[in-house]
Amino acid sequence: MTGTGTMGTQGTGSGRGTGGAVQGSGGGGWVREGLLAAVRGFGVALTALVGSLVLFVLTLLSLAFVPLGIGLFATPVVLRLVRAHAGRRRLLAARWAGIRIPEAYRPLPAGTGGGFVGQARRCAHLLKDPATWRDVPWLFVDLSAGFLTALLPAVVVAYGVEGLLLGAGLWRVAGDPGPYWYTAVPVDSQATGLLAAGVGLVVLVVGLRYVPALLRGHFVLTKALLDRPLETELNERIDRLTETRHDALDASAAELRRIERDLHDGAQARLVAMGMDLGTIEALVERDPAQAKALLARARRNSAEALDELRDLVRGIHPPVLAERGLGDAVRALALRLPVPVEVSVDLPGRADAPVESAAYFAVNEILTNAVKHSAATLIRVDIAYTGVMLNVTVTDDGVGGARIGAGSGLSGVERRLGTFDGILAVSSPAGGPTVVTLEIPCVLS
Amino acid sequence: MRVVLAEDLFLLRDGLVRMLEAYGFEILAAVESGPELSRALAELEPDVAVVDVRLPPSHTDEGLQCALAARRARPGLPVLVLSQHVEQLYARELLADGSGGVGYLLKDRVFDADQFVDAVRRVAAGGTAMDPQVILQLLTRQRAQDRPVNRLTPRELEVLELMAQGRSNTAIAAQLVVTERAVAKHTSNIFAKLRLDVSEDDNRRVLAVLAYLDGR
Repeated sequence: MTGTGTMGTQGTGSGRGTGGAVQGSGGGGWVREGLLAAVRGFGVALTALVGSLVLFVLTLLSLAFVPLGIGLFATPVVLRLVRAHAGRRRLLAARWAGIRIPEAYRPLPAGTGGGFVGQARRCAHLLKDPATWRDVPWLFVDLSAGFLTALLPAVVVAYGVEGLLLGAGLWRVAGDPGPYWYTAVPVDSQATGLLAAGVGLVVLVVGLRYVPALLRGHFVLTKALLDRPLETELNERIDRLTETRHDALDASAAELRRIERDLHDGAQARLVAMGMDLGTIEALVERDPAQAKALLARARRNSAEALDELRDLVRGIHPPVLAERGLGDAVRALALRLPVPVEVSVDLPGRADAPVESAAYFAVNEILTNAVKHSAATLIRVDIAYTGVMLNVTVTDDGVGGARIGAGSGLSGVERRLGTFDGILAVSSPAGGPTVVTLEIPCVLS
Repeated sequence: MRVVLAEDLFLLRDGLVRMLEAYGFEILAAVESGPELSRALAELEPDVAVVDVRLPPSHTDEGLQCALAARRARPGLPVLVLSQHVEQLYARELLADGSGGVGYLLKDRVFDADQFVDAVRRVAAGGTAMDPQVILQLLTRQRAQDRPVNRLTPRELEVLELMAQGRSNTAIAAQLVVTERAVAKHTSNIFAKLRLDVSEDDNRRVLAVLAYLDGR
């Protein structure tokens, strides 16, 4: 208990340092804050006692039934509830105490299949996730120590109020047969009642000052149990980096093979044909000028087509407008080529590194191509902005919706490509639309 | 006709100089970078400038920027921009001031020397020469949507494409192997269907067509 208390005090100390202006403007601000914390703590305590207790019991039961088969179906359901319950607490921790507890659930692998086998695979996947084994012990601690730490703010305030009530006359009822002990005060008369009220007031004043810190203590405890240890976090990061590096290498190797093939089958072949035609023309030019002229026309056509192919190839590797003007104008130029009207708004104070620009451009390209092909949209909006740390692109269309990552759509390719830059892709596309695709890439602009 | 030429690749610059000289142009300067181009355009007052989009030192769209800046300093200065690729975005920027005397062509167009030289002359005379690829992009885009362009017959579309490239009625007639009167009839039909005022000025025709295609 002392442990949390000290931690909490430090917390308020730093909090006061940053929020000095607020403190100064509203003299009674801390009373409101304290009461609010007490009420919030009471609410959390209730959900901890009821929610965590029920879920803990259900988890144990469903796990016990896994060997019987029923558990295979029950466990994923229960664990989903547990995750939602923990998620709610994470949200409150961030909102009420500014404590961020990141979620670290492993994504369910795509295509686990249906039926009993699929269910067993899903269940096994959940049981192998270390995050599951942080959630379950947390449930137990939450329904006991978590409950107490959350309740404490309310108890302190209630105790102070009790003292005041004793002074206000409650002592007559409470201290009827003998002295009613309040802290160290035996209450049995108005005088001792007033003394109790004094003590109660002190408890209330001091308590209200520090109950936000007590509530914070609860969330610190939550974080200690739910958050993954630094080592795990680092290991997970290494795994992720290894994975994205593989993806990046695979992607660039495939890209090189494609370029080589395109050059070999396309421009290169045309230039060879052109050289042969020129050789024939040399031989024919005097004997058969008409034939030579026809071949000349063909040679010129071949050179034009070789150039066309090279141009397409260059556009596929690094679009010229992107090189010349950067992401904003490249997307504008892209928009002009699409058959659906596209509104583009760009708010970029500078240019990102070439690889980031390129990744963002091709991602937008893919998203727009998808939208044009599948959404039946009549208007598409692209918003490109920079938030100070993130390049943020949102593509919205008024189409029929139903787009999703995975299932062999181009979007999973985009997601992998962005992963190399620690970027993320989010798709919101309810059936019936609209579809909103957002991508974020952390980067610095120059 | 006096020409300033800007192209950073020696082979192409040399080829262009030879070709234009063969057709009787006078090359005032053949430069290879943006700053040199700006200086040449300011000092030499050419009849027309032939400029590569991408020039040193930035190797981005320096040539285009120099040309636009020179046209701001000397409105109507005829500029023909050459590029390895054509983008509507750049075409629009060139056309934006509406004063004509601009061209934007793929470098490949120099393969057909007669047509290329014709484009240079047209631009120098205050006309417009847009690359068929730009026109094609615009038309494809418009056809995909429900626009008045859909009401044109295939023949009228052909005429519109050639017109948008900046060809005169005579040239269009020759290209399509029809009489000039037939072309004039198509043209007035097109203008009627697109609700545009008929004008004898080639340059205004193109601007009107492009402005219309711009999505008004």
